[in-house]
Amino acid sequence: MPPFEPVLLEAVGTPESHTLESYRSRGGYAPFETLLAEKQPTEVIELVKSAGLRGRGGAGFPTGVKWGFLPKDHPGPIYLCVNADESEPGTFNNRILMEDDPHQVIEGTMISSYATRATTAYIYLRYEYPHAWDRLQAAIDEASAAGLLGDNIKGSGFSLNIYLHRGAAAYICGEETGLIESIEGKRAWPRIKPPFPAIEGVFRKPTVVNNIETMACVAQIARRGPDWFRSIGVPADPENPRDPGSYGPKLYCLSGHVEKPGCYEAPLGITLRELINDYGGGVWKGRKAKAAIPGGISMGLMTEAEFDTPLDFKGPGTVGCMGLGTAAVVVIDETVSIVDFLHNSCRFFAHESCGQCTPCREGTSWNLRILERIRAGKGRLKDLEILLENGNTMGMMPGSTICGLADGAAWPIKNAINKFRDEFEDYIKRTNPEGWMVTDPVPALQIVGAH
Amino acid sequence: MISHALTRLTPEMVAEIEALAPRYPDRRALVLPALHIVNKALRHVPLDAVVDVAKVLGLPPAEVQDTLTFYQFFHQKKPHGTVRAFVCRSVSCALRGGEELLEKLCSQYGIQPYGTTDDGSLTIEPAECLGACDFAPCVLANDDLLKNLDPAAAAAAIEAVKVRADSRRGAGSPTAATQTREGA
Ligand SMILES: Cc1cc2nc3c(=O)[nH]c(=O)nc-3n(C[C@H](O)[C@H](O)[C@H](O)COP(=O)(O)O)c2cc1C
Ligand code: SF4
Ligand code: FES
Repeated sequence: MPPFEPVLLEAVGTPESHTLESYRSRGGYAPFETLLAEKQPTEVIELVKSAGLRGRGGAGFPTGVKWGFLPKDHPGPIYLCVNADESEPGTFNNRILMEDDPHQVIEGTMISSYATRATTAYIYLRYEYPHAWDRLQAAIDEASAAGLLGDNIKGSGFSLNIYLHRGAAAYICGEETGLIESIEGKRAWPRIKPPFPAIEGVFRKPTVVNNIETMACVAQIARRGPDWFRSIGVPADPENPRDPGSYGPKLYCLSGHVEKPGCYEAPLGITLRELINDYGGGVWKGRKAKAAIPGGISMGLMTEAEFDTPLDFKGPGTVGCMGLGTAAVVVIDETVSIVDFLHNSCRFFAHESCGQCTPCREGTSWNLRILERIRAGKGRLKDLEILLENGNTMGMMPGSTICGLADGAAWPIKNAINKFRDEFEDYIKRTNPEGWMVTDPVPALQIVGAH
Repeated sequence: MISHALTRLTPEMVAEIEALAPRYPDRRALVLPALHIVNKALRHVPLDAVVDVAKVLGLPPAEVQDTLTFYQFFHQKKPHGTVRAFVCRSVSCALRGGEELLEKLCSQYGIQPYGTTDDGSLTIEPAECLGACDFAPCVLANDDLLKNLDPAAAAAAIEAVKVRADSRRGAGSPTAATQTREGA
């Protein structure tokens, strides 16, 4: 594999990388000033469209296209909400960007605001990132003092304020309409779409929600040009006019059972095996891997045999995972029981379901209770059918819930049971020799609380 | 010292909330920032404070309470410890001993998860992914991220955070403590 020079992470690990001076010395903010002076907002949207940038927050929606959904000639205000809630288990690249190079994120936010004509940008930051908060606030203060924020920036007529807004430890605040409700001061209950945020978002005004890494990509596209961005990654399939391709560098988060956990920048399309071996120093303690999460826990599970799958927007789907998600890879070695893994996953979603939709609220809690019963030596083979039925019926895709949290809860169940069925069956038979074949209803365990 | 008896908003807290008002077109958006301001000072958000926040924002108290209860983050009945330690139990940490870490810490301090020590110095809460999986297993204790913890070293790391929390409390008034992070 050819060596790849990090761009989004170029400053990470260098002294004072978080300061304006360091950022300026790397060519930062000059692109923003140039765009502001020379380009119309619509031209900036075209620039980002032509780069082929797809959102890094999980869904991979083309960023320029999303901006294009905003109503034309809207009298305003238009809002940009930058999603820094980063709560998908396994994911931490936004944290590193905000802590070590906050100005890159801020410049991306400025350029995106200019393109979308947003005059207020809120950065919704999860509570658990106090250091990122301090760094971002300091960067905003430095940029304001340098005349890069505020009214009539550099005499351009464009005004922008960026404000930090703090979450309170709830995963669902990362879902874009949950985030919007949370900013408005309410429970973070996702909204039914349409209307999409571009038409009616925060404070019922047109709103764009974009991820922190997406902002960093926008800054680099402005600095290095769309052709540079398109020269990296996996091109669109010429046979498929609906494939937007997987362009640009990506921040892969690698954790779990690897020798060197960390955030690594690589071209989209690196395989999971290359990531583990070339960047992660291999599976820890010289062990063998059993499985890995390809892009945050919601995306499901890959078996070791599937590790040659490219981690671009299309790859994980070819082996039955939901998608690339946040490109957070968590490696699970051969000593781990898949039953324990699934229990951990089910506990997370039961805790984080916002409780609005019955299939998600009841389903996630039910799944967790079944897994607890299995681990307590009271599992039955029938439970696997119940888990799969729950998994196949809860979510936006089967059309039973408002948001994608339920799909994310379902995917690890479907993948784990379909790909590791023998292990589940062995576990159940071994731990419940008297009752594994029983099919009668069993008394329910206590309900597990949701948000 | 922060008084535990304090259950209402002080003028300083109100001023801090009002300072954020120009950022939003609607005062209701101040609910979360206000709850954070109260929580930072009182280490919980008692009902009296909810009523006060509602009054300041011109909202029915039930609406503020509705929001508060959604975020299990805000304790209401009694303050959390001067150190609040979130122990991650999500997948990457669990794979590297996060669950055992939680158990060990709770037994060392003689409390249950979500419990507070008798002297009020420490609350231990299980947490979902702290976004620091590269340092698994990890704990967020107040503003300090404690990285790559093994159970033997964890208590010492928490004790160090306690010392910092004590010296900070001794150094200033309760409102000074709330102003260390704007809008938090
Ligand atoms: C349950 C759930 C949680 C999410 N959490 C996050 C998150 O923490 N950060 C994020 O950027 N996007 C998250 N998303 C995706 C957002 O809804 C949205 O698609 C994204 O912020 C858009 O940004 P992008 O276009 O730059 O990718 C989540 C989605 C769902 C369904
Ligand atoms: S799917 Fe789950 S998390 Fe999403 S809105 Fe429905 S109940 Fe809430
Ligand atoms: S799983 Fe513990 S910090 Fe991410």
